[in-house]
Amino acid sequence: MNRRDFMRTGTFAAMAGVPVNTRTGPINVRPATADAIRVGVIGCGGRGTGATVQALSTSQDVKLVAMADAFGDRVEDSYANITSLERDDWMGGDGDLNARIDVPPERRFSGFDAYKQVLPHVDVVILTTPPAFRPIHFEAAVEAGKHIFMEKPVATDAPGIRRVLAAAARAKDKNLNVVVGLQRHYQTVYKEWVDRIHAGMIGDVVLGRVYWNSAGVWVREREAGQTEMEYQMRNWYYFNWLCGDHIVEQHIHNIDVGNWVMGGHPVRAQGQGGRLVRRGKEHGEIFDHHFVEFEYEGGGRVLSQCRHMPETANRVSEGFHGSNGTAPKPGMILSNTGATLFEHDDADDPNPYQVEHDELFATVAAGKYAHADAELGATATMTAIMGRMATYSGQMIEWEQALESDLQLVPSTFGWDVTPPVTPDADGYYAIPHPGVSRAF
Amino acid sequence: MIRGLVWRGARRSGLLLTTIAITMAVAVPGSRAAVQALGPGEVRVEKIPGTEIEFSMAFMPAATVRVGSSIEESGRDEDEGPQRQVQLAPFWMGVHEVTHDEYEIFRFRGLDDHVAGSSDFEFDADGVSRPTPPYEDPAHGLGREGHPAVGMTRRAALYYARWLSEKTGRLYRLPTEAEWEYACRAGAEAPFGFGADSAAAGDYGWVSGNSDGVHHPVGSLQPNAWGLADMHGNVAEWVLDTYAADAYAGLPEDTAALGPVAGDPPRGRGLVRGGGYDDPPVRCADRLPELAAWKRRDPQIPKSPWWNTDSPHVGFRLARPHATLTLPEIHAYWDELLGPS
Repeated sequence: MNRRDFMRTGTFAAMAGVPVNTRTGPINVRPATADAIRVGVIGCGGRGTGATVQALSTSQDVKLVAMADAFGDRVEDSYANITSLERDDWMGGDGDLNARIDVPPERRFSGFDAYKQVLPHVDVVILTTPPAFRPIHFEAAVEAGKHIFMEKPVATDAPGIRRVLAAAARAKDKNLNVVVGLQRHYQTVYKEWVDRIHAGMIGDVVLGRVYWNSAGVWVREREAGQTEMEYQMRNWYYFNWLCGDHIVEQHIHNIDVGNWVMGGHPVRAQGQGGRLVRRGKEHGEIFDHHFVEFEYEGGGRVLSQCRHMPETANRVSEGFHGSNGTAPKPGMILSNTGATLFEHDDADDPNPYQVEHDELFATVAAGKYAHADAELGATATMTAIMGRMATYSGQMIEWEQALESDLQLVPSTFGWDVTPPVTPDADGYYAIPHPGVSRAF
Repeated sequence: MIRGLVWRGARRSGLLLTTIAITMAVAVPGSRAAVQALGPGEVRVEKIPGTEIEFSMAFMPAATVRVGSSIEESGRDEDEGPQRQVQLAPFWMGVHEVTHDEYEIFRFRGLDDHVAGSSDFEFDADGVSRPTPPYEDPAHGLGREGHPAVGMTRRAALYYARWLSEKTGRLYRLPTEAEWEYACRAGAEAPFGFGADSAAAGDYGWVSGNSDGVHHPVGSLQPNAWGLADMHGNVAEWVLDTYAADAYAGLPEDTAALGPVAGDPPRGRGLVRGGGYDDPPVRCADRLPELAAWKRRDPQIPKSPWWNTDSPHVGFRLARPHATLTLPEIHAYWDELLGPS
């Protein structure tokens, strides 16, 4: 049955009548007779647009009603891409999405405060700006009583993490579903694999290895007429207050798998990193490589590598070693003698980026409360930030020390003419973290 | 002499390209005198200008060939028929799949040292459309030096050929389906380039039975009778055409069609030939359409036009028409296929 048949035959209405759970506390429940689930997106880049399309591609009755971005052109580009999306049959599409899109110009918002204007219009909000703004947007969305999909990372500094953790607790009290885009948790090959490791298939896990070694990502060049704030907002990947460095923005996925397998966050971390290849003005202040040793309760270690260097060996993966075997890569478990104990072919598995939206919207449509990912997202983000604190400072960092750090990277006021927290020198270069000297936590 | 568009009237989705340049790039020349000195499989070693990186092309003589498979062929799919005659102009076929080493020169501007004016014509390395950085590693961490380049879209493979055409002043493109199949059979008519029995596949190609689940350096097994390596296995290879299940049905029945046809603009659904390291041995006639699953994990909209998230088993090899084209003709060919550069 395709989506239209699904809706036409009334299955949706029957499904929406499923009784709510019996959790205590205020229940945020949609009545069974409710109209379409209204969705808004805050952060209309490539990922925000992708997440929006995934939300609109679920089998629930979903309608996109509001969009926001700091930049008006990003909102318009995103709207144009969604409304004109070519969804050829062979791409698995289901015709165009236009029947599910109702975002007239008066509900397309831009500017630093645009997020506030989206919230009154929606039941579910997608938070996909650069991570600097996630704590602010997440707090506001919880305050407004919205169900939430938010991308990782959920902050770039420890004060931001603490705001997210506090708001996560309030979201629980309000029974607000929160899904975080750490999609490996919604990916069959990882779930099956980690379940077996947790069940003891390799014995006690003593060591993990996690990697995001790649060539690096996009750069947006400075353009004439931009204020420093606008330039940094466009080229956000290379500024720590916005991005958190690639160890946070990207490698979080693998670091999170380390936490997942080890059963919690690390107790301390030490490591090293620097900037060898990617040293241009346009590369802001972030490192191009980090290596971190995370130590967990009980002494287990996870070794983490991330690198952004063209023409070097690529690896984006995780592996674990136990007292009784190894789990060399996702979907594979070997005995100590090398015999295959478990192997999962993921070729026909569902797309985890779609699954996370399918599950969120099915839960919301059913009036249920089943997703509370915010704490997981905050813990994974904090772990990656702790790694960055270790590589930037060259010091041993304890978890509490990291989490309680009052080093705030994100400014308190925003505006196109506001001076950002870091500025270039006379030659256009930004100060680079200096292990042993810089304050990093 | 230009014989006009090939596979005329074929019921294919999308546009047929109709310019003179396209036609010339695939047409059968009026005189074959110039090519008589060349034997099938004769190799020319070429260098990517501005680098020390070499690649080899093997000569494929003009022929009228039958495309598709007979209904008796074991494992045959419906889209391999009906069999049709196609007339092919002489061309050169890549001896190997395009390697990581070759593709990296295109991918990274910093490696592309070719200087404008250093050859007989202008090449502007800064004016080239190159792949944007992927968010994940499309090669899934598999081998690099000497291994095939993988994970690129069909469009990206076409842009590589355009880039190489610009650098060399010769038209490099993807082989058409008919050219690929002809080159795979190497003048014979068996289901595999090495005969009828798939049991021999492991001597000629890295397939699921011998690959250990990864691709290997190009040319590390036996080539076919015309010297082409890895036509079965290692990585599946993009061809110029877009996919239509009934493509052959649209070809004339009683006269040899002039081949090949040029592909649709790059947004159409492509196809690959030859199978990869994780496939069982794939017959010469097998047509494997592009799968949505290859891009499904790309979390962005628009999805990357350059990279697939999940096709580390797909690469490509080059073809080059034997007929000499002028630079304006080469430019017209690419402008028509991909839009102005």
